[in-house]
Amino acid sequence: MFGYLIKRLIQMLLVLWVVSVIVFLMMSFTGDPVFMVVPIDATDAEIAQARRLLGLDQSLLVQYWKFLTSLLQGDFGRSYVFRQPAMTLILERMPATVEMVLVAMALAVVVAIPLGVYAGANPNSRLSRIIMASSLLGISLPGFWVGMVLIYLFAVHWGVFPSSGRGDTAEIFGLRVSLLTRDGWHHIALPAITLSLGTMAILLRMTRAGMMEVSRQDYMKFARAKGATRRDVLYKHGLKNALIPVVTIFGLQLGDLIAFATITETIFSWPGMGKLLIDSIYRADRPVIVVYLMLVALIFVVINFLVDIVYTLIDPRITLK
Amino acid sequence: MMKDAANTALLTVRNLRTYFHTFSGTVRAVDGVSFEIGQGEVMGLVGESGGGKSVVGFSILGLIDSPGKIEGGEILLEGRDLVTAGEDHLRHVRGREISMVFQDPMTSLNPLHTVGRQMDEVLRLHSDLRADARHKACVDMLESVGISRAAERLKAYPHQFSGGMRQRVVIAIAMLANPKLIIADEPTTALDVTIQSQILKLMRAQIADKGASMILITHDLAVVSEMADHITVLYCGNVVERGATRDLIETPAHPYTRGLIDSIPDTSERLDRLSQIPGSVPDIRNLPQGCNFRDRCPRAQALCAQKEPPLTPQHNGLMAACHFPLHPGERL
Repeated sequence: MFGYLIKRLIQMLLVLWVVSVIVFLMMSFTGDPVFMVVPIDATDAEIAQARRLLGLDQSLLVQYWKFLTSLLQGDFGRSYVFRQPAMTLILERMPATVEMVLVAMALAVVVAIPLGVYAGANPNSRLSRIIMASSLLGISLPGFWVGMVLIYLFAVHWGVFPSSGRGDTAEIFGLRVSLLTRDGWHHIALPAITLSLGTMAILLRMTRAGMMEVSRQDYMKFARAKGATRRDVLYKHGLKNALIPVVTIFGLQLGDLIAFATITETIFSWPGMGKLLIDSIYRADRPVIVVYLMLVALIFVVINFLVDIVYTLIDPRITLK
Repeated sequence: MMKDAANTALLTVRNLRTYFHTFSGTVRAVDGVSFEIGQGEVMGLVGESGGGKSVVGFSILGLIDSPGKIEGGEILLEGRDLVTAGEDHLRHVRGREISMVFQDPMTSLNPLHTVGRQMDEVLRLHSDLRADARHKACVDMLESVGISRAAERLKAYPHQFSGGMRQRVVIAIAMLANPKLIIADEPTTALDVTIQSQILKLMRAQIADKGASMILITHDLAVVSEMADHITVLYCGNVVERGATRDLIETPAHPYTRGLIDSIPDTSERLDRLSQIPGSVPDIRNLPQGCNFRDRCPRAQALCAQKEPPLTPQHNGLMAACHFPLHPGERL
């Protein structure tokens, strides 16, 4: 276990370093950030001055070295645009994104697992066919379209949910959270539903496939021969055995949604970090983008680590090495 | 030994028909099978692969899944019909009245639950015992199937047991609620030869101890001749012969039974070729008219192709479905 942790930690540092190099290289091809910060009528002298201030007059290698050394001292760089520490900018917006994603994932699981189990256990029933057809829609409909339809129906037409913004928040442990207020839930409903549909459909199909596979196993029939109820056979014996691939996909989707909920956040004007990423890319705000993507890499590594631990909780035959 | 004939039957199966409706036609896996088992009796259910033996077992427990279906007949457990009984009643029969031991112990235990939990489940379903009493019952049961340090082993997972040990666990689970009938579906086929006789002895001891009956499903006549009081031979979903074990083994009336017996290698004499029944089980989806065995039978005559032989009394109290049955001492 200890060896495993060390291995994982080294792996993580390697990933973070590679991400920083790639982003640095990419950003040097995407235009000169100086023109994003100087006024339109700036003189050559002013531009040169700004370039020097931002450290952009030096070679890419020197810039990277400076970035790396200050990183090791805990300084993640400052946004060219906001003149604030990049990390602060991101962390400020993170709770909004994370809470929306958590609601979306919870919704996806609560709907997908029972429907997936049902569809896997009764592959030929009419309801299963309806469930599977709907899940295809869930996978293929683009999020921005679903978001707009939801806004049209629930916000414009029926007026039951607000169309944008985050609503009231309450503070807990220094974080601003909207899940503690009625108004907050009111606002989070539509974006969370929009965000959850794709994941819901994938998890449903994974659960169904797993259950169909597991249903053929002898231990399922043996459990029935013991006199167990159908529900117990499916959920206590079957589901747990079908869960490994579902957990894998859950982890990947969780990371993906936290990192790139950009489109949904844009449609619902949700003040999350995905919107910050898009804005920063438009403005070539390299320090924010680099830190953002490194943070995303970190999130993925941590989630995968947690998924590995969940594997061992599900299946006693799996050990961490 | 065959028990007293006046003994009222524990289980009576009458004209059982279980069909599988597949895309390529209806498979009549079990087509009019009848037999009886008295209390404390061991019945051997014998036949080649694909003969419908396992389907009989699963039919009794109501565990036939789509596209399979019990099309007709009666399965009377102490006079009560299980074919027409609802799922609720069947759930109380399964595990408590009738339990089952599967062929492959490597796959019949849930890999993600401890052995203890899988044993405890039976008692939670079929007894009013409290948790500590259930635990004690599980420990005792596990010890009685020959697993030492039982309390400790209850916390272990199936993958920490060998195949033979797992089959002992499966037997322990099957015996736990004191069922009246055990259906053992090839319980030793997947095990090492050295383990096989241990497991068979264990099962016989458990059954004798509890006064339970057993249906031993197997293709291995050697196994069944040691264990069973009487034997029913299945071919293509039909009973072709049945009778007391000794009579059926020594003087079979049906050529198929004779063929099965001759296929057991005799270690006392060295043969260049092992004896076998020519051909293989016909396509069960479109069986020919007449006797199903006639294409493989050296005694077949014109009549066999026209008329299906009914099950009729033969010598030594045997019943056989053959137009030209063997007489005692006659060879193929």
